[in-house]
Amino acid sequence: MKNDDKLVLGGHEFSSRFILGSGKYSMSLIEAAVNYAGAEMITLAVRRTNSKENENILDHIPEGVTLLPNTSGARNADEAVRIARLARELGCGDFVKVEIMRDSKYLLPDNQETIRATEILAKEGFIVMPYMYPDLNAARDLVNAGAASVMPLASPIGSNKGLATKDFIQILIDEIDLPIIVDAGIGRPSQACEAMEMGAAAVMSNTALATAGDLPVMAEAFKQAIQAGRKAYLAGLGRVLTRGASPSDSLTGFLHD
Amino acid sequence: MENNYFVDSDKLSAAALEKKHRLENDPSFRTDHMKYMEGMEHINSDIMDKVMSEMNSYDYNSYTYADVRAALSHDHCTVEDFKALLSPAAEPFLEKMAEKARLETQKHFGNTVYLFTPLYIANYCENYCVYCGFNCYNDIKRMKLNMEQIEHEMKVIADSGMEEILILTGESRAQSSVEYIGEACKLARKYFRMVGVEIYPVNTEEYKYLHECGVDYVTVFQETYDSDRYEQLHLMGHKRVWPYRFEAQERALMGGMRGVAGSALLGLSDFRKDALASALHMYYLQRKYPHAEISLSCPRLRPIVNNEKINPLDVHEKQLCQVLCAYRIFLPFCGITVSSRESESFRNGIVKIAATKVSAGVSTGIGDHESKYTGKENSEAEGDEQFEIADGRSFKKMYEDMSGEGLQPVLNDYLYV
Repeated sequence: MKNDDKLVLGGHEFSSRFILGSGKYSMSLIEAAVNYAGAEMITLAVRRTNSKENENILDHIPEGVTLLPNTSGARNADEAVRIARLARELGCGDFVKVEIMRDSKYLLPDNQETIRATEILAKEGFIVMPYMYPDLNAARDLVNAGAASVMPLASPIGSNKGLATKDFIQILIDEIDLPIIVDAGIGRPSQACEAMEMGAAAVMSNTALATAGDLPVMAEAFKQAIQAGRKAYLAGLGRVLTRGASPSDSLTGFLHD
Repeated sequence: MENNYFVDSDKLSAAALEKKHRLENDPSFRTDHMKYMEGMEHINSDIMDKVMSEMNSYDYNSYTYADVRAALSHDHCTVEDFKALLSPAAEPFLEKMAEKARLETQKHFGNTVYLFTPLYIANYCENYCVYCGFNCYNDIKRMKLNMEQIEHEMKVIADSGMEEILILTGESRAQSSVEYIGEACKLARKYFRMVGVEIYPVNTEEYKYLHECGVDYVTVFQETYDSDRYEQLHLMGHKRVWPYRFEAQERALMGGMRGVAGSALLGLSDFRKDALASALHMYYLQRKYPHAEISLSCPRLRPIVNNEKINPLDVHEKQLCQVLCAYRIFLPFCGITVSSRESESFRNGIVKIAATKVSAGVSTGIGDHESKYTGKENSEAEGDEQFEIADGRSFKKMYEDMSGEGLQPVLNDYLYV
């Protein structure tokens, strides 16, 4: 098993494979969440930070933690590009999570517009991490557009329903040569663990923490689950016996040549 | 019931008084409230028929405890489930509804609560809506702010820390033209991150113009979805045209607005039917315009200048809470605003269950922010209020109180793109 197991995004190395969302809980909890989660990357909505608010989220993010500004609020590629550029102007760095929704109810990402925005932003030197609906063709297009990772949703955002799109995420993990980061819908540490066992490169979560009884403790539980899942993946999962016990007599024992 | 609303002013001429009384007492003297007036755009929307057919067939007494229990057990709340949750049978389940609503609110909004303030820039009105303090027959101090005064008000509000503003006027095209409102909104863009309007309904092209002036959110209250009752309460003026008002949000979305809000004014008619129609109106709008951000309010009737007797009848806090929980369970993603018409204790409680937005530092009068915010005496005239507010907390106090309740006050969650 590798000891120097790192998540590499756009040339940057991360030891933690847990990306924290930030929009659904009080800023005073951010520091604790980051520490307990051992997180090195935290998302923030540009539309929220574009505020002269008494309390600015940027003041609560511990040093050394990479910001992942997102384009939430964008309804098409052009709006996402404008929001990403604004994030850069605000000093949020080169990372950007592209989120484009034309649906205010389920907040499902628009893959087509996401591909278009990814292409424009990658050319401008952004490290683009697109949030997408797990579709293999779209994922391939995102790779070609210059994405640094692909972030498929596990189930509808905020639903805490877990890996509803499991089989399709597995296809992305198997076929795409970029880190696959499972985003949206992961509600429990066990689900995060399962995603990591499948070979996901990282997991992102916000609601699962925000709705927990004790946020920092839940953040730690996620950290441990993600680490466990990653180790299991690297160790190679044991076989699963689907029917009865394994036959004691080899099925191919008759072969002599 | 209507007599509670009628108040005569001794400043009206004999002719005006005679006209007022005729409007009140002789339905044949009033115009057809279902007929569009000249200049009003007709968009032939299917949403009105859908909402009205659901509302007209809604027999809330037919729902049982079993229906409510079933609705509460479902992952996805159907229209039928929603009807059960709004019914009298759901009243004993209020605590359970609140628990479910709270969970939905947390899933979609976390612990955030948005703060905003309204700014009334004029209180002239051409309508005779019998329950409203601004109605054209009511003897109140009228006022329309000029751009300089508007900017002054905005500065005072922005200095308090507020980042979202809702611009309001009385409903008078003659006194408060679309251009006048547009100019005010351009000013608002300088001082605030987010600008909404609550003005008389206008045509698509006019909403487009306002959007270009920096507005992205439009609120229109239907007052009541019961068109016959509406006819008895809105006796004169453009506002009398019920279907034109109904279609305002859709025209706003067609004009490029990002979001719309609406509601009935609870207490004018059968509140259960009005609550059903309010939510379905927003529900069908979102289905037709999936990108639209929709929001519901829940205003109840309040006393007005010259008429202290006006009240929300059978819509008590318990009923209001039931309505809001049902809204949240049916439309988990929908913004819910609770205004300063409601008390401090109610607002502190409901933001933890279902509401996502509250107003603070509110004045429903005209040009009085400086005197209200700083206590400094105003050398200029001030216009009277539309209604009495119940929660007078300042922005700062509200911010502290919401934080104290364990919530995260958010002043801006929006970019004008």
